[in-house]
Amino acid sequence: MEYSEKVLDHFANPRNIGEISDADGVGTVGNPACGDMTTVYIRVKDGRITDIKFKTFGCAAAIATASMTTELALGKTLEGALALSRNDVADALDGLPPVKMHCSNLAADALHAAVEECMAK
Amino acid sequence: MKRIYLDHAATTAVDREVVQTMLPYFTETYGNASSLHSFGRDARNALNASRQTVADALGAQANEIIFTSGGTESDNLALKGVGKGHIITSSIEHPAILSTCRYLEDHGREVTYVPVDSDGMVDPVDVESAITDDTTLISVMHANNEIGTIQPVSEIGSIAKDHGILFHTDAVQSFGKTEINVRKMNIDLLSVSSHKIYGPKGVGALYIRKGVEIEPLMHGGGHEMGMRASTENIPGIVGFAKAASLAVERFEQDTRHLTGLKDMLIAGVMDSIDDVTLNGHPTERLPNNANLRFAFVEGESLLLHLDMKGIAVSTGSACSSASLDPSHVLLALGIAPEDIHGSIRFTLGRGNTESEIRYVLEVLPEIVGKLRAISPLAGG
Repeated sequence: MEYSEKVLDHFANPRNIGEISDADGVGTVGNPACGDMTTVYIRVKDGRITDIKFKTFGCAAAIATASMTTELALGKTLEGALALSRNDVADALDGLPPVKMHCSNLAADALHAAVEECMAK
Repeated sequence: MKRIYLDHAATTAVDREVVQTMLPYFTETYGNASSLHSFGRDARNALNASRQTVADALGAQANEIIFTSGGTESDNLALKGVGKGHIITSSIEHPAILSTCRYLEDHGREVTYVPVDSDGMVDPVDVESAITDDTTLISVMHANNEIGTIQPVSEIGSIAKDHGILFHTDAVQSFGKTEINVRKMNIDLLSVSSHKIYGPKGVGALYIRKGVEIEPLMHGGGHEMGMRASTENIPGIVGFAKAASLAVERFEQDTRHLTGLKDMLIAGVMDSIDDVTLNGHPTERLPNNANLRFAFVEGESLLLHLDMKGIAVSTGSACSSASLDPSHVLLALGIAPEDIHGSIRFTLGRGNTESEIRYVLEVLPEIVGKLRAISPLAGG
């Protein structure tokens, strides 16, 4: 199992780490028992994501996909964020090892949950 | 970047003296040990001397040692070779034992897996109470490959003896690191491997106590007293024997060195990082094993950060295994899966130094801190 350079870069230097205390939407997916858990926080203005942060417990793929998800989602409309798929995130990272595609590529789902929470408000 | 190897339970570098001892057996003494001519005799002499050396290291007789391709084959030969009856083993055995047991179960054999306590220790009472009229074999490892816990094999051996049952132990991890005497420990079958003791890969041995009947796995030209057909790997066997004799020679020195480094590592980590727990038994463990779990972080991430600093370790985390299953050993200890994910195994070797351990202690707190800072599980 080999990680791409991009995965290793986002793993070693994750972007947008942290929490947003008064976030407009928060989404958490995963389960520590399974080894991966990610929370995504978004701030939204005029239908666009203006700030995004994440926290991840998990392997290198989990951290890198969360970091990349926040980079891709920042500045997107809520609809655009909902359209962002796990595969888009994996592609932006130059791919993930097949075994990691399902279990560790959760951040897009966490983003969708955050967006849906925001939309429901 | 300097690289520090702390994964000696996975494999070791071959000792330079061992390599030198092996070299002539590739190009000069290359005969087939079954041949009658002088080339064959030379190879046969080397084979016999090697068999004696390995036997001496185990307290056995030369004709009780069968050379194999390694620990996995030795385990297979022991378990499959006892052709019938109920088997008792432990829940924390190496996959070479557990997968073989599952294979035998698929072929109609009954197997009982005795549990371990939270330190990874088998209770001999549990072994004894698992014995049925049909039990033919008990197989309990000497020391565990992940957590280093050393099992009470002498006691289990004497229980087996009292009941007229064969006792096998996988001593792949303990050989060279803790004393072994097959007679004193009531062992009938014992597996060892060369590449864990600074010998070459692809060679190991099974001790078979004289009089114990084992069915061979390999049929062919009747090598290894009919127990393992295949032209003997003389360079490998000679290297294994040299590594075994060095292990005996350096036993006290190695034990002191490894214990010192291991204690320094464990104490240093505990002093500098919060929420760390030692997996395995606090005292009854191999001198070179420090298996530590770091709360709120995942092991593959820890491993890769250490790797980026040149430090090689292994993890019990599911996320680094092909199967994505967490370590069966740590699960058997009753550790919660989320905590298992944060377990790292450091296994030290003869060549490691205090300054290497100091370097690990220098970089590890920062790595754990960095991962905890992004972990949603680390409160506050």
